[in-house]
Amino acid sequence: MFGVGDRVRTRLMNPAGHTRLPAYLRGCPGRIEHLLGTLPFSDRRAAGLSSAEEPAYTVRFSTRDVWGAGGDSHGSICADLFEPYLEAAE
Amino acid sequence: MSHVHETSGSAANRVKALVATLEAAGVLTERDLDASVESFLERAQPANGARIIARAWVDPSFRERLLADGNAAVEELGVDLSHWAPVKLRVVANEPGNHNLIVCTLCSCYPIALLGPSPTWYKSDAYRARAVRDPRGVLAEFGTQIADEVAITVWDSTAEVRYLVLPQRPADTEAASEDALRALVTRNGMIGTALL
Repeated sequence: MFGVGDRVRTRLMNPAGHTRLPAYLRGCPGRIEHLLGTLPFSDRRAAGLSSAEEPAYTVRFSTRDVWGAGGDSHGSICADLFEPYLEAAE
Repeated sequence: MSHVHETSGSAANRVKALVATLEAAGVLTERDLDASVESFLERAQPANGARIIARAWVDPSFRERLLADGNAAVEELGVDLSHWAPVKLRVVANEPGNHNLIVCTLCSCYPIALLGPSPTWYKSDAYRARAVRDPRGVLAEFGTQIADEVAITVWDSTAEVRYLVLPQRPADTEAASEDALRALVTRNGMIGTALL
């Protein structure tokens, strides 16, 4: 479980099936913005495997951390991501 | 609002097959379905969003509750989001130093109950791809100039949260009634592609 303000990094992953981790946000450092409680984990649910819930978070990314130097210098992108997409970062 | 892809013929076929099976089993009829969709769409209007925004402008304690727990706050105004479970409403407020923009890059998630059916451009590949890559440029194409010193936060609706932008109250409206304020709220203002 993560708390508000924790530094995280999205996993570099490329699953064969459904995922709600957008490709453009893979491998990016961000911070936990908001706790969403637990929600049915769409990746497993879409595969018909289970409707079990996973913790979910709104994660804030600096636009530069997502797009590099071409990104807006002081903008950010927030996305709602399940815990299995995230790892702790320093 | 649902995660149905606009190009997904297989999903449409599955829905057709499901409806046919339910009809054959006597569970429901095409007419029941139409009536249910019609009754939802009758209630799903941008006027709902405008009512929420105008109230937040005139009532600071409502604004605080709205930003803290969107579902509970809009229920106070009689907007029923029970069909949304477990979807959460998150209202994000524009401020002098920060502008908010809403997108769903994965499909076309959108608070239909509060804004009515989404505009075609919201579901387009171009908007979905470019809103996160170049929000300032996309906004400029909408005729919305955001000053360089104002940060832009893009909210990508990738899970069970629907976003609504609380625009800044237009200048020189101190004397306006709540009813008059409602009329100033636009759908695009609540998506973040327009200023009011």
